[in-house]
Amino acid sequence: MPSRRIFLKSSALAMVGIGSVPTWLSRALYAQQSVPSERKRILIAIFQRGAVDGLNVVIPHGEPAYYALRPSLAISRPNGTEASAIDLDGHFGLHPALRRLKPLWDKNQLAIVEAVGSPDPTRSHFDAQDYMESGTPGFKATCDGWLNRAIPIEEHASPLRAVSLSPNLPRALRGKNEALAIGSIGDFQIKDGEASSAFESMYATSTDAVLNGTAREAFQAVKIVQSIQKTPYTPAHDSQYPNGRLGQSLQQTARLIKADVGLEVAFTDVGGWDTHANEVGPQPHTGRLANLLREFGDSLVAFCQDMGDRMADITIVTMSEFGRTARENGNRGTDHGHANVMFVLGGSVRGGRVLGQWPGLYPEQLYEGRDLNVTTDFRTVLSELAVKQMGNREVKTIFPGFAGPKLCGLLV
Amino acid sequence: MSQGANQFHNALCSAGLLLLISSSFALSGKLAIQKIKPSANPPHYVAFSRRLPPDKQFQHALDRLTFGPRPGDLEHVRALGLKTWLDLQLHPDQLTENPTLQERLAPLASVQMSVSQTVSVRPLSVIAGDLSEVKLIRAIYSNHQLLELLDDFWFNHFNVFFGKGVDRFTLPAYERDAIRRHVLGKFYDLLLATAESPTMLFYLDNWQSAGPGFAARHPNQKNRRGLNENYGRELLELHTLGVNGGYTQKDVIEVARCFTGWTITAPRQGGAFQYNDKMHDKGKKIVLGHVIPPGGGMGDGIEVLNILAHHPSTAHFISLKLAQCFVADDPPPSLVNRMTQTFLKTGGDLGAVMQTMFSSGEFWSEGAYRAKIKTPFEMVVSAVRAANANVTSASLLSDELQKLGEPLYRKIEPTGYSLQNADWVSSAGLLERMNYAVALAHNRIPGVQVDIANWQALPQPDPMNLAHSLLQQDPTAQTQAAIEKALASMDPRSQVAQNPPNAVPSLIAGLTLGSPEFQRR
Repeated sequence: MPSRRIFLKSSALAMVGIGSVPTWLSRALYAQQSVPSERKRILIAIFQRGAVDGLNVVIPHGEPAYYALRPSLAISRPNGTEASAIDLDGHFGLHPALRRLKPLWDKNQLAIVEAVGSPDPTRSHFDAQDYMESGTPGFKATCDGWLNRAIPIEEHASPLRAVSLSPNLPRALRGKNEALAIGSIGDFQIKDGEASSAFESMYATSTDAVLNGTAREAFQAVKIVQSIQKTPYTPAHDSQYPNGRLGQSLQQTARLIKADVGLEVAFTDVGGWDTHANEVGPQPHTGRLANLLREFGDSLVAFCQDMGDRMADITIVTMSEFGRTARENGNRGTDHGHANVMFVLGGSVRGGRVLGQWPGLYPEQLYEGRDLNVTTDFRTVLSELAVKQMGNREVKTIFPGFAGPKLCGLLV
Repeated sequence: MSQGANQFHNALCSAGLLLLISSSFALSGKLAIQKIKPSANPPHYVAFSRRLPPDKQFQHALDRLTFGPRPGDLEHVRALGLKTWLDLQLHPDQLTENPTLQERLAPLASVQMSVSQTVSVRPLSVIAGDLSEVKLIRAIYSNHQLLELLDDFWFNHFNVFFGKGVDRFTLPAYERDAIRRHVLGKFYDLLLATAESPTMLFYLDNWQSAGPGFAARHPNQKNRRGLNENYGRELLELHTLGVNGGYTQKDVIEVARCFTGWTITAPRQGGAFQYNDKMHDKGKKIVLGHVIPPGGGMGDGIEVLNILAHHPSTAHFISLKLAQCFVADDPPPSLVNRMTQTFLKTGGDLGAVMQTMFSSGEFWSEGAYRAKIKTPFEMVVSAVRAANANVTSASLLSDELQKLGEPLYRKIEPTGYSLQNADWVSSAGLLERMNYAVALAHNRIPGVQVDIANWQALPQPDPMNLAHSLLQQDPTAQTQAAIEKALASMDPRSQVAQNPPNAVPSLIAGLTLGSPEFQRR
């Protein structure tokens, strides 16, 4: 039996000197020994809050109706200029601000799901986000989230198995499984040594049921995170993360993954997508949405570059509560719509394809005469990820009440 | 009131001595609390029909109608009597303000400026800083505590994001003139003030919303080319009826049409509200079944506000939110219903609705007691108040709120910050609260000075006296045990190396302010 010390040295987790090895790590040691090459797969969910304008993220440049509906907003057909869409498959193209994602598409590591969304008709940001995070559209009484339910139950799981990169825990990660909110790795600790153990025992023994569980999880995780905090982080392969929220969240995620602390699920969100007015600048490919997309794409690319070969085990999925109106409004913007687009990236993705069933943009094809119609339920996409990426076949408990298809050919 | 006292009261009333009894109760400051039948609610609300004993009532009053007690507050409320104290909070014009407040606010001048002045302030971050610091200073030092709590509640309800364009320099006027002025007045006045506010018009894009044909007639007005439904939707969903209040997508469009023309003159120069009739959609509209005839003007929007401000769904939604903020996350229906009735009967008098809430049996109940987890803002302020700290600069407190996930004035979405406990309990959030508590107690927050010597002065040798004074009650056995253990294991060398008298009280105070019980109100 290989000694523990050998394992500890070979992972980034230097826990030498700590009195007792936590139970979850002991089990991991034995697991490593039995199948050393099997690494856990990782799912990263990114929520674009505010309803991103999917029709201008992935441009249906093969649709004449797109141009008729958006005289001021439409991105021009691919023609090699920096203002035009970047062709993907002859019918769809990427917004030029996302040009750095094109190599991932070419390597078949980026798949796009079109016309995906919720069966619930709400156009309320709050309700729609709630439905997409709870995984039970139309049903308000659900207290937990799909991502938490998707995590297979495991004894002695790592406290850092499910992490949200935010100061607060989102609905998607609430539930029976432990899930942590980590705002920043550097801050995730009690700075005063004397106070730390006092607080830990205070909260552990407290009868305050709302607080003691979360605090206990926090303190367990602090011990593990401490070892990561000591090493400053340098992204691999000269990768440069943008300074904004998403870039920094993804960098922290990369750091946690590389520290081999047992991370399997990560969640982060990015806001500002609610472009009712001035979605574009003087030209359609400039302005507010373009700037947001540039940072979005650059953050994704930085992460993929940083993780390098490990992307074989990682899948990223992006989502937004609904799309926006097919027709532009009177203020160079768009209003709340229905179907949207989802990106799925990673080494196991059957990429380089647009999945889903494109319903078209002619007036009779629009939902309520105004929005892109939903032809794939978002739960189909997420089910496949839960089953194939997270190894959880219990789709009935992850998405109670969902009777639709559970696979759409996304992953290998 | 005990049953015996109740019978006595009834007997005297019937003997026609009501006036005498009422005035004697007024003199004693006794609060008349409405009784509720336990059967009025489903069984899981039973704790809301158990009346709090008097000593807990004083604590509860401070927990819920202030940002947390300061040393001496409990004695003050006892002496004054609950009823008198409550009345003063509900009528702040009758309550003398803290004499030091104006002096503390004076350097944060941009908050008092008109929009025509703030528009020239550079850099704009000065306004952001001033706004946040003023909010913190007021919450910490104002005697009008309920007013400050209501400012926080109503600003959140009518949330605007600081970072959006011109809102960066119109926010001070918005909070001062549209929100604070009306929090204890009529809901209609509050609603109208926000609807006409350049801040809200800009934030939700209504200033650009125009009726059909405007664009064709005014091709130079590049930004105002058609209908924008953003404000119409949020007005219904977030400001008045609530998402389940019974409106349709069609209503959203019709409401938006009614508000076309509600715009801003020269927004980027800090212009005022302007009704531009040329932008107005003059067609017929039907809003929630009400027909608004064609050919109207600004009155179309006014009529919508009237309909919404007096709508039963609005009465219910507002009452529910107030009860969620001041009573419990899931307030008993019996209370929400009575508040709704008050709202409707008084035409939306918010003071009356608050009065109903604060004289309810449900409020003064075991179910409500300590039921709310403090938001980051409430926690940060209550710790400063409990510690009786002197704040010469609140800017680091503002930074702390960013770390805790509640950056002031920076909520992007119009939904505002959550009122629910679950949304504020997270691993990162809890750890950071503890860090803040320890830093505060050790005077490690520049601009926030704690007088540790004062803590030293508390009756010795029982260290729990300090914990008791900070919590206004005994710490739990578990908290006490943790503090005692920490004291016992204090490194004697560190006590000598640092300022010896401070090490012990700072340790106790830091652990107390970071304890589970201090996170509740």
